[in-house]
Parts: sequence; C-alpha cells; structure tokens
Amino acid sequence: MTALPPEPVRKLGLVIDLDTCVGCHACVIACKGWNDVAYGAPLGDADAYGADPSGAFLNRVHSYEVQPPDGPAQHVHFPRSCLHCDSAPCVPVCPTGASYKRAEDGIVLVNEDACIGCGLCAWACPYGAREMDPSAGVMKKCTLCVDRIYNDALPEQDREPACVRTCPSNARHFGDLADPESAASQLVEARGGFALMPETGAAPVNRYLPPREKDWDETGWGDETDVLAPWLAPVAEEPQGFLGWLDRTLGKV
Amino acid sequence: MSDQPTPDLAPRVSDTIRKTTCYMCACRCGIDVHLRQGRPVLIEGNRDHPKNRGVLCAKGAAGLKQVTSPARLRAPLRRVGPRGSGQFREISWDEALDTALSWLKPLHDAAPEKLAFFTGRDQSQSLTGWWAEQFGTPNHAAHGGLCSVNMAAAGIYTLGGSFWEFGAPDWDHAKLLLLFGVAEDHDSNPIKMGLARLKARGARIVGVNPIRSGYSAIADAWVAITPGTDGLFILSLVHELLKAGRIDLDFLARFSNAPVLLDSDPASPTRGLFLRDDAGRPQVIDRRTGKLAPWDGQGVQPDLRGRLRRAGVTHVSVMHEMADRYLAPHWAPEAVAGRCGVTPAQIRRIAAELARAAFDDPVILHRPWTDFRGHRHDSMVGRAVAVHAMRGISAHSNGFQTARALHLLQTLLGAVETPGSFRFKPPYPKPADAHPRPHSRTTPGQPLPGPALGYPQGPEDLALRPDGTPARIDKAFSWENPLSVHGLLHMVIPNAAAGDPYRIDTLFLYMANMAWNSSMNTRGTIDMLTAQDGDGYVIPHIIVSDAYSSETVAYADLVLPDTTYLERHDCISLLDRPISEPDRAADAIRWPVVTPDRDVRPFQSVLLDLGARLGLPGMTRNGAPRYRDYADYITTHERRPGIGPLAGWRSGPAGIAHGRGDPNEAQLQSYIANGGVFQAEIPAEAQYFKPWNAAYQDWAVTFGLADAPQPYLIQLWCEPLRRFQLAAEGHGVIQPPDHLRGRIIATHDPLPGWHAPMSDGFEDPVEYPIHALSQRPMAMYHSWGSQNAWLRQIHGHNPLYLPTLWWDRLTLKEGDWVRVISSRGTLTVPAAHMAALNPHTVWTWNAIGKRKGAWGLDPAAPEATRGFLLNHIISELLPDRGDGRRWANSDPVTGQAAWFDLRVRLEKSAAPTESQPAFAPVSPPPGTGPSATEDAC
Amino acid sequence: MHPARSLIAFTTLSGLGFGLLAWLGIDPTPPTGAVAAAFYLVAAALALAGLGVSALHLRRPERAWRAFREWRTSWLSREAWTAALALALSGAQGLLLTFGTGLLPALGMGLAPLGWLAAAAALGTVLCTAMIYAQLATVPRWHHWSTPALFLALAITGGALLSGRIAVASVALALTGALQLWCWWDGDKRFARAGHSLATATGLGGIGTPRPLFPAHTARSYVMDEMVCTVGRRHARKLRALSLALMTVLPVVLLQLPMPHLFGFLALVSHVIGVFVSRWLFFAEAEHVSGLYYGRR
Ligand SMILES: Nc1nc2c(c(=O)[nH]1)N[C@H]1C(S)=C(S)[C@@H](COP(=O)(O)OP(=O)(O)OC[C@H]3O[C@@H](n4cnc5c(=O)[nH]c(N)nc54)[C@H](O)[C@@H]3O)O[C@H]1N2
Ligand SMILES: Nc1nc2c(c(=O)[nH]1)N[C@H]1C(S)=C(S)[C@@H](COP(=O)(O)OP(=O)(O)OC[C@H]3O[C@@H](n4cnc5c(=O)[nH]c(N)nc54)[C@H](O)[C@@H]3O)O[C@H]1N2
Ligand code: SF4
Ligand code: SF4
Ligand code: SF4
Ligand code: SF4
Ligand code: SF4
Ligand SMILES: [Mo]
Repeated sequence: MTALPPEPVRKLGLVIDLDTCVGCHACVIACKGWNDVAYGAPLGDADAYGADPSGAFLNRVHSYEVQPPDGPAQHVHFPRSCLHCDSAPCVPVCPTGASYKRAEDGIVLVNEDACIGCGLCAWACPYGAREMDPSAGVMKKCTLCVDRIYNDALPEQDREPACVRTCPSNARHFGDLADPESAASQLVEARGGFALMPETGAAPVNRYLPPREKDWDETGWGDETDVLAPWLAPVAEEPQGFLGWLDRTLGKV
Repeated sequence: MSDQPTPDLAPRVSDTIRKTTCYMCACRCGIDVHLRQGRPVLIEGNRDHPKNRGVLCAKGAAGLKQVTSPARLRAPLRRVGPRGSGQFREISWDEALDTALSWLKPLHDAAPEKLAFFTGRDQSQSLTGWWAEQFGTPNHAAHGGLCSVNMAAAGIYTLGGSFWEFGAPDWDHAKLLLLFGVAEDHDSNPIKMGLARLKARGARIVGVNPIRSGYSAIADAWVAITPGTDGLFILSLVHELLKAGRIDLDFLARFSNAPVLLDSDPASPTRGLFLRDDAGRPQVIDRRTGKLAPWDGQGVQPDLRGRLRRAGVTHVSVMHEMADRYLAPHWAPEAVAGRCGVTPAQIRRIAAELARAAFDDPVILHRPWTDFRGHRHDSMVGRAVAVHAMRGISAHSNGFQTARALHLLQTLLGAVETPGSFRFKPPYPKPADAHPRPHSRTTPGQPLPGPALGYPQGPEDLALRPDGTPARIDKAFSWENPLSVHGLLHMVIPNAAAGDPYRIDTLFLYMANMAWNSSMNTRGTIDMLTAQDGDGYVIPHIIVSDAYSSETVAYADLVLPDTTYLERHDCISLLDRPISEPDRAADAIRWPVVTPDRDVRPFQSVLLDLGARLGLPGMTRNGAPRYRDYADYITTHERRPGIGPLAGWRSGPAGIAHGRGDPNEAQLQSYIANGGVFQAEIPAEAQYFKPWNAAYQDWAVTFGLADAPQPYLIQLWCEPLRRFQLAAEGHGVIQPPDHLRGRIIATHDPLPGWHAPMSDGFEDPVEYPIHALSQRPMAMYHSWGSQNAWLRQIHGHNPLYLPTLWWDRLTLKEGDWVRVISSRGTLTVPAAHMAALNPHTVWTWNAIGKRKGAWGLDPAAPEATRGFLLNHIISELLPDRGDGRRWANSDPVTGQAAWFDLRVRLEKSAAPTESQPAFAPVSPPPGTGPSATEDAC
Repeated sequence: MHPARSLIAFTTLSGLGFGLLAWLGIDPTPPTGAVAAAFYLVAAALALAGLGVSALHLRRPERAWRAFREWRTSWLSREAWTAALALALSGAQGLLLTFGTGLLPALGMGLAPLGWLAAAAALGTVLCTAMIYAQLATVPRWHHWSTPALFLALAITGGALLSGRIAVASVALALTGALQLWCWWDGDKRFARAGHSLATATGLGGIGTPRPLFPAHTARSYVMDEMVCTVGRRHARKLRALSLALMTVLPVVLLQLPMPHLFGFLALVSHVIGVFVSRWLFFAEAEHVSGLYYGRR
C-alpha cells in the first residue's frame, strides 16, 4: 500500500486563515480530545503531571513575529497539522504499508495495526506533522477526521473535522480542494491561498490564507494628503467658537 | 485499490451525551459531555447554545482532564501541622460542619462583622452575597475589586451598563472596532466569533494595546500605547472630534445628560449639581418652548445649548462644561502624544477614522420605535463604531476615569446601544440609581438591613462607622475609594493582618487563590496568613472551599472540598453574572452529569446547610432547613415575588411562564431537556436603544428584569462624583479626613478626566522606567489550568518578553535571564525578545508560575522551576512615604487593584538554577499529587 | 536529527559486518575451515548485532517482520530484504567454506558466483541503509549521492581492515578520509542550497522576515526530540577532527608499522571508534527542515 495512488478525484483538506487565527489553541485540544477516543489508539501523554511532560498532538499552533521592511512588527498565529500532500513523501518510505494515501479522497493515514514505529515516515515529512505515540508506539498523524466526516453515527452538521467545528474564530475551513466550486477552493481563490514550502515537492493539499495588509500603510499614519483630513476640519478651536457653531447648527434643524 | 485498509469510519465514541455548561472559565459556554459507561470521554460545544454556538476553546475541550486531575481534593480536611505546612487530617463532613459552626455561631451572635466571607471567581454571587447578608456581616464581596470594578463602575455610573461581560459590540453591523486592552476577556468565545464576523464583512479592527498579541495581532492597525495613558489618548480623540464638530448632536440631546442644567456658580454650595424641580427631576431647556422642563417630560426636546439664570445663579448645560473642558489645548494630539507613546498623526488618523465610520454611512435598520418621551422614530439609526475594553484600561489606578472617558467618546459619536455600536445584555441596561445602596450596619444575631454591596450616590451612602472610620474590613465605600462597588478582595488579608480598621476572627474564602496568583505581594500575604501574636494566629480561623489542592489550601484550618463542575448543580442566573446576549436574555444551569467518586460536596449546598445550622432566617423555616440542597434552592428560592434564580420555565396562572412566575418543581428538568439553557429573544423593536426604548422598558418589566420602566440618561456628568468632591471641598455634614481631600477633588472629577497612576506619586518613574504587565493566555485559566495534563503542555512555563529597545540595551540573547526589580522586590526569570511591543513595556503570561507541591504536580514541574508570577513584586500598598499611612495600590474612586501600574527596572542576570524567588514546597494534601492520577478513581 | 544510539550502532556495526562479507564474497582464495568460520562468524555477528540493535529503534519490534512488505517503494523494506539475502547467501558460502571443504574442489569455480552474489547483497544492504537517509529531501545534508558513497566507502574500508587487507585498506582509508572531509565541507552548505527558510515554511516571507515568537508548546514533543535536536553541535568542529584522526589518519599510520597483528588490530579499533564519532555527527549535524517551525535546525 505504500505506493501513492493515482491522483485522487477528490482532495480533501483544510484551509487555514492566518488573518483571523488568534492563536487560541482550541483546535489543538479539540483534535487531541477527538483522537483520544476515536481513530486508533488513544493519543498518549508521558509524565503528564511530572517534571518533563510530553504527549502526542496532531495539530500545533505556533506564533511568529514578522518584521516588515517598514512599519511595526506584526504577529501571526500559525496552526500546523498534516497537509495531506499530493506527493506525500511520508508514504512511499514506509516499509510496512502502514502509511498510505487514500485513493478516493487523498487523505493520508496510518494503519496503526501494521505500524512498527520505525519513525521513517515522520523523518520524510517536511512539515513535522507526524508524532509517535508515547504509549502505543505507533505513528500518529492528522486523519482529517476521516472518522467524523463520513461518520453516519454523527449528526450531519457534525461531519466535519473536530478542529474546524471548534475554531471560535472561524479560521479553519474544510473541503474538497480539487473541486474549484467548493467553498474551500473559492476561499483560496479569493484570498490568494498558498501552499507551504512548495520547494519540497510534497505538493500539499492544505492551503493557508495570508494575513490581510496591516497598519493602514497604504496611506500611512501620518500622510498629510489623507483623504480623511476633511473629517477633522475644525469648526472651532475655542469653546466659544464651538458653542457658536452649536448655535448655528442647531438653529438650522 | 484493493488492499487499501478500511478504517472504522463511524466509531461511536460514547453511549450518552449530556448537555451542561462549561466552567473552565467564566464565559460559560454550552457543552455536550460524551459519556462512556458513566465516564466522561469527550467534550464538544453545544451548537444550540447562544454563547458559543458549538465552538469551544482549548480549556473547554480539556475540561475532561479537570475532572480526573490528581489535584482534586478528596475529603474535608482539618489542619494538623502549622499553617502553611500543608499537613492535614481527613475528617468527616459532620466534623467539618461542626467545626465551622463552632467558629461562626459565636460571631453571628455577637459580632457578625468578624466573619469576612470573600469569594473569587465563583458564579454564585447572588447566593453568597445573600448568605452574608443573612449572616449579618458587611464583609463580603467577590473578586470584582481585583478584577475589573473600574470597568463595571464607570460603565454603570455612566452608561447604565458596562463592557466586561455585560455588553458587546454589534458584531453584525459595526464597521470599525476599537479594542482597548483586551487579551481574552470573559466573553472568550463570543469575542472570537465576533471578530471573525467583523473580518468576514471587511470591517476594521484597531487594537490599542502595549502588546501586539492575540486580538491585537489580527487587528488591522495597532496602537502601541504606553500603559496607563489611554485616558489622555481617548480625550485627545474627543478633543479632535469636538473641534471638528463630528459629534452626534441629536443623540447627545436626547439620550445623554449633555443638555441637563448645572449650577455653575463658583461660590454656590451646590455648584456642579443638577438643577432639579420639586420632584427632584433634573431640568433641561425644552427647545419647543425655550423653558425649563424635566428631562423625561413627554415630548420634551432638550436643548444642548441650555443656559439659565435663576435666583442669582447661572445654570449652564453640561454641554457647555464639556466644550470648555475638552477644547482646551492640553488635550491636543501634540500635547499628549509623547506621553502616550504614539504620534499626533496616529491620534488624528484614528479620530478621522472614527468620524468617517460613524457619520459617513450610518447604519439604518427599518424598525420603527418609540422613545420614553413618546417620540416615534421611523427607523433605528446607528453608528458603525464599536468599542470594547477590558483590564488594560481597568487594572490601572486611573482606570475608572479612563473607562469614563471611553464612554464619553462613545456617547459623543452616538455609539451606545445604537445599531453598529455597543449593546447591552439583559439584565442591563440598569442605571446606578436603580441598584441598591451599600449596607453595613451590623446587629448581632440579625441580618444586615440590605445587601452589603451597592452603588453609593453620595457621602451618605458610604459604609462608615459612627466615628467615620471604615465599617468594612476591606475599607470599601470609605473615603479612600467611595465607589468601590465590588469591594476590595485584595485588601482583606492585609487589613485583617494589620487590624486596620479592625481585627476579624474568621476568614472564609471560596474559589479564590489568595495565597498565590490572586494576591498582590504573594510573600507578604503568606506571611500575613501565618502571622502570630500572643494569642495565636492574627487571623484566628481560615476556612477555604476549593475543589483542588491550590496554594491557598495549605493555609486553611478547615477545607471544605468542592465537587468539580461536571458533578454539581450550578445556576447561571440573571440575578448574577448571566450569559445573555444583546438580543436575548439567557440563563443556564450546570447539573451533575457525572457522580463524584470522592467524599466531596457541592459548596453551595454546604453553604445552605451551614446557614440552616446557624439558623439564618432565609435558610430556615420553622427551625428546619428551608432548602434540601442547592438544586432545591435554585427551584424554589424567590428574591422578589415571582423572581427566582432562574427565569425559564416558571409557573404562571396559565401553565409555564418565563421571566416572572411561581416556582416550578420541574424547572430543572426543563432546563436539562433544553440543553441546560434558557433564552428569551428580545422583540425586534426592543433590541436597540434599550435605555430609552419604550418597547424594551415594557418588555423588561414583563419579563421581570425591573418592576417599573426605568429610562435614564447617559451620565456624562456624574453627579455622585461631584457630591464627593463637594464634601471634600468642605460642604455638607459628612466630611472626609483632611489627608484625603485633595486627592478626592483631583480624582472625583464629574467629567471624565485623566490623572497619572497613583504610584507615580510614590515611586520614581525614572528609577523604574519600564512598565510590566501580564496577559491571560487563551489556553489557560488562572491557576486551574496547570493541573490539566493537556493544557500544561502548551503553557508549562513563561518567559518575560522584552521589547527590542531593552533587549538590545541589556545585550541579551536567547536563553538569557533577567532580574526584574520593582520597589517591592526582585524576580529572576528567563527572558525572550518580542519586537511588537511598546518600547518601554515588558510582560509575561498570567498565573503560569506555581508553588512546588501544589496542584498535584511534581515539585520539579516546570511551572514551579521556570514559571513565575509578577505578583511577587506587585504590592497591595504603595511604597511608604513616611506619613504613617497605608495607601492602597488601588484606584482612588473604586478601589480597583492597580495590577498594571507596576513599574520595574531590568538587569541582566546569570542563569540561576530556578526562577527566583523560589518558595519552599507545600506538602500536598492527602489524596493529591502526581501519583493520584485518574486510574485512582 | 536526534543521534539515536541504536541507529549509530546499527549503521556502524552492520556496515563493518557487511563490508567484511563483501570482501569475503569476492575473495578468489577464500579462507576455509576454522579460519572461514571465524571470519564469517565475526561478519555475521557484526551484521546481526547491528540489525538487532536497529530493532531497538522500532517502537513495535514484535512487528518487525512486517518491514519486508513494501520493497517496491521503501528503502527500509529493501534493506530488510537485502540484509536477509546477504546473510542467507553469505551464510551458505560460509557454511560451505567451513564444513564443505570436501565439496569445494567439486564446486570449483562454481562457488565464486555465490560469493559475488553474497558480496553484492552485502553491499546492497549498505546501499539500502544509506538510501534510507539519502532519499530524505527533508534532510538536505543527507539528500545527496555522497551519502551512499560514504556509507559504501566506509563499509568497504572497514571490511578491508577487518579482513586484514593492509594495502587495500590503506588506500581505502585515505580515499574515504578525503570523501568524508568533502562531505562535511559540502554538507554544511546543503540546507541553504535547498532554499528552505522560515519564510517559505510559513509563507509569510511576503510581509517581511519572520521569526518564532511564542512556542507552540513548552513541553517536549516527538518532532522536537527527533528532528530538532541541537545537542552537541557546538563541539562539531572538534569532533570532526577527532573523527577524522581516529577513523583514517591514525589507522593509516598504524598500518604502516610492523607487527601487523597488533597494530592492525589497533588500527581497526581506532577506525571503528572514528566511524562511531562520524556517525554521531552524521545524525547530530543533520538539520531537518521541520525544525524551521521551531526556529531551530
Ligand atoms: N483564557 C482565559 N480567559 C480568561 C481568564 C483567564 O485566566 N484565562 N481570566 C478571566 C478573567 S478573571 C478576567 S478579569 C478576564 C480579563 O480579560 P482581559 O482584560 O483580556 O485580561 P488581561 O489578560 O489582563 O489583558 C489585559 C490586556 O490589557 C493590556 N494592557 C495593559 N495595560 C494597558 C494599558 O494601559 N492600556 C491598554 N490599552 N492596554 C493595556 C495588556 O497588554 C493585555 O493585553 O479574562 C477572563 N478570561
Ligand atoms: N499578576 C496578575 N495577577 C492577577 C491578575 C493579573 O492580571 N495579573 N488578574 C487578577 C484577576 S482579574 C482575577 S479575577 C484573579 C483571579 O484569581 P482567582 O479568582 O483566585 O482565580 P484562580 O487562581 O483561578 O483561583 C480560584 C480558585 O478556585 C478554585 N476552584 C476552581 N474550580 C473550583 C470549583 O469548582 N469549586 C471550588 N470551590 N473551587 C474551585 C481553584 O482551585 C483556585 O484555587 O487573579 C488576579 N491576579
Ligand atoms: S482554533 Fe482557530 S483561532 Fe484558535 S488557534 Fe486554532 S485555528 Fe487559530
Ligand atoms: S504533511 Fe507530512 S505527513 Fe502529511 S502528507 Fe504531507 S508529508 Fe505526509
Ligand atoms: S512509523 Fe509506522 S507508518 Fe511510519 S514508516 Fe514506520 S511503519 Fe510506516
Ligand atoms: S482534521 Fe481532525 S485530526 Fe486533523 S488536525 Fe483537525 S481535528 Fe486533528
Ligand atoms: S470560553 Fe472556553 S473555558 Fe470558557 S466557558 Fe467557553 S468553552 Fe469553557
Ligand atoms: Mo478577573
């Protein structure tokens, strides 16, 4: 199963909006919670209350500071999980066939029953998206909530990834990125969504929406020819003048 | 492909789903708790809940780990070692209640004020406040005084409602949102959902915050304000808008007290008070007649230009005073910008953006409505400018006035309760004078004559003893802070230890981690809790109710172990801090969705039990307990006839009634059947202009939020403040002590003003040139989060973030440590660099640092070895200036704890083995600790 | 990358073992009898010890047999096959040489192809091992033809040393040393050459220069432990010198001394220690691109 399937007709994936992500980590814990009870072995933690805790998480939220050439530094929250790559390099390296990409929707999964925990797939992933479970000793990764999106035991509206369902800022979207008509593809189109590290050749399916332009720098804080200047044209500099203006203005109505 | 594995695509993760209310923070979202054979296995957001509509934050989803935490207390505890040693004996509930009774009964019978009952972040304040009132002690408050009373008091005295969780931006219509000093707030999820809605509509967000993180990180523009200077910045915006005449004259005239006439005679003993008619109604000039008229007369059209000379005294409208005040050149952008750490151009830019957003394209909703003067409006016209603010404004000792300035700005723009602006959530709006006044007169064996907390209208409402000294242990409602409407939790222990104003006997704490992250001056507080005099401990008895082994538990003589939030009934009541949204009133419950596996009891039930054993009037009937337990109280208690803790599914003459109605035995069942929540949509015609909208006022009466319509005006001129000023000027019979006169005159300005943070007068800003702040991490709740196996992996320790200027000055590099020195003490902590910071501000995450041995963690946990609190170097008192007085580090109007006034200087340090100061470990109470994991249950 | 002891031991020992097997396989005048037994046992022991240790690296070693499955795409699977094949073929050869002395004349030149096949499988195993690393575009330092070249060179050199081929070993040592030096020199530039940066990793380069601000988590994680290990890189230069000295320079000198048994043995020991250090550096200095997200490489 380690060969990549022919290009899937559907490419399910996530679209993550860096303009609205506030870095709240809700998606991190929703993902942990779901995957602790659903797909495969529970997501383990080691030394949970100890001096050196660690655990498997399938989604992590970083935070970066970006210094533009001029203007104040900006701050971008950055969720990171498996991108369900088209040419997933994590798949062919797997010796057991445990790691595979689904032919029907492109989701990249690990068959935990076959995994020997060699870690090679994680080494092959450029995005650091795979984590070995500290308890079960098998490779864990984002399943794109394959056991939610097709889960007929769940109400229809809940058949979406746990992280998408929970995101309070609506920064996570799920859909078929092979279908240009899907809402997800439309978002990518409208907002100039991009892929991470295209130079790795992994061809990620997930897309990121860039932060919108910040700090009103198209006019600058201090531009004198500001279109806004008329909004502050004085009617009076002095209290007396102001009260005169008030008289005139109220007299009119 | 044939050999592609087929995973189980439809796992059934649970056998039961129970809907209740989250309590991983005070936002109180609806949750679906999935159970497998009675054990909770997954928590998701309730899609039908008005608060969160299905979304959930990190803490909410991690709630599972709170219910299995190794820090959970397991049985009542009686101290056996010295205080603070953490040595306890597990006792029975009978012994626990008898012990409590043996301390409380004598106090109740002889000196009820010797019981100080203070609560932290609980959501049962309507119960705890009522209990204290029945006990007869004025010494009760919740945590508001150390949290955001500046915001609450300024909002209620000015607008009749406040930010905090009592109001919200009109997310559907606002085009510009100004966010002042908000990192997370109580409305955690609604704010995030709202920001997303703004973004989706292309609305713009401006973050005014020394730190660009969280909400400010996604804001379109960032104002890197210098802490404590927002008032200057805001009043400069006011200056620019007034100068340009960009104000909503119609709104001001109709809905604010700008047209109300004031005595403006400098020599008059009533200078600055309103001109009133015989019925006491403030007067305006009616534009139709040019004559005096009461503010609320039918058809009256108040004239902003009002001016009148009567009996030799000139009266002018508040508008005159405002013009005089805010057009003065010292509010000009050039005059304030440097101090605020912004440029004049930035101030102008924002003023212009405000003017454009407010007046270029008003929001018009085609909903006719009628105001309280009988005037019919064809549509609802609003201003698409919303403002929201929180502790960045509030937690400074000038925060009351700053929040008032913000409300002035909103009012000038017509941006209060209008479409597109800031909206109240029921039971607000409710003006200050519709709230009770504070009560403090104690009678042994008797209840207080009314609630301890309230809204003073003048010196006669202060809580003073006959000799003029404070009647309350926290000195709330004293001349030191007359409008301290939430009390001063942060002063209880220091005052009790100092015997100033008097000694107490029993300190009863519920849900407040006062020996750690909730106190200023942690070390000092610990010393006060353990201080002894000849007869033993200076505070003879300490009772603590907690659910977990917090740092404070170690200082208790008696511990009443609480259930966790999935194991008990709770009531999120309209009488308390409800979960309403601007277009709907809502309340909710928690109910035991899992059964406790330890010898713990819900605190509220224990409190009612104690009350009954004490024979408190409200809690007994014919000598027997009045309530079986808290659930029984929730269903059957009535505050006023027909009004109980819960508004939904009461019983009316013709079956079920909402709002008003008799108790209904089956009420809780109805809540449970409806996901734990009740909501009542406000009729469309009543959804905006609530304070003035006759339809809303009538709805509020029908629903039971008020007993009669109570329209009111926005109090730009705040008369109660003027009354305190007048007293300080020497008028009236109730007089402040002389040493406070000057400060009252300077800070109780009836028009919004700005004064420098109080500490500037006590310590040298040049010696301590850097502001030090803390922020809420979105994925942690105060101290509770660290016991959570999942959350602590995200925030297990915290560095101090330094701006580039100081990072370079100290030549720091990654991995370096710094010494942080305030006038109170020194920290040595890991440093990190952050460029998007006000150049003279450093900060860290709040409440990550933990004491060794607490919270069920390994004593070598990173929270204890690398984590730290700023609290160790913040003081509850301002530095001694040799006048023999204890000056609280609080706002002089409200008593709000001035956490964010902290100033420090920095030095590079060699890396110590652990962050400093290091505290000796406490020994974990029985049954807690890292080995007491979930498998033990 | 985390310099896992199991992987360092495995690649070093099995490289040596398979190198020896390769030399034994192509030896036109192979040892026989007890001498053969000794040689083959040493070689097999090294190879098997290496494989055994490598199983420690698996989190589910009881399922190791599953690794044979995906030989069509996976170098790890191919390594399993070639290793098994090499051990089988060499085993057959070794058994014949040891116990089948009587049969040998009958087989005559017939034994040679078996040896060549065994040698090919042994070197194939080393190649597969090396390809496991070389295929990883995520680790630019490894993703290069020189990775298999160096692994093979070391196997051949080590094998030569072990089998007492002094002249060949001397030359091989010199060449391998040169190759190793070049690998370090060129390897240092490969990450930059690959063009990955935090800007491309986050796609935020269009706005300005990104740098990590808040960590995604303060606790440890598998990715950080495994991929973002930076321990000991500070000493890399010294360790390189040490490695080169022990691995090649010293052995070459020792081999030129009299008493070949003693100094040959010392040369071998020195070489093996040198290879251990080199392998440690191979992992410790390797920078995984995912480290960019953590602000580390
Ligand atoms: N996740 C989470 N949510 C919480 C809590 C929690 O612990 N965790 N706690 C709850 C509680 S009790 C409260 S009170 C609320 C508090 O909610 P917030 O008010 O959002 O709380 P803080 O984190 O104190 O944030 C204060 C903000 O003000 C900024 N600030 C400080 N000084 C100034 C100033 O002078 N001017 C301006 N403009 N900004 C300034 C700080 O940089 C910071 O961003 O959060 C509640 N919600
Ligand atoms: N430096 C600095 N310090 C601050 C602030 C700041 O911004 N900076 N913010 C201040 C503010 S606004 C606030 S509100 C305070 C918050 O301070 P607190 O209200 O003290 O909040 P917590 O630390 O969460 O402590 C609450 C206690 O309640 C306990 N508890 C939790 N759940 C339950 C339960 O179900 N039942 C019972 N009985 N107990 C329970 C916890 O174990 C804990 O001991 O901190 C203040 N301290
Ligand atoms: S839940 Fe949404 S807003 Fe929060 S960190 Fe994840 S993507 Fe960002
Ligand atoms: S992100 Fe990594 S784990 Fe996911 S498909 Fe791509 S290479 Fe594989
Ligand atoms: S860790 Fe498991 S899934 Fe990954 S390559 Fe090894 S066997 Fe395959
Ligand atoms: S799609 Fe599912 S598995 Fe993947 S990150 Fe989101 S919640 Fe986790
Ligand atoms: S914001 Fe989070 S923690 Fe707070 S109530 Fe909602 S889900 Fe719970
Ligand atoms: Mo608070």
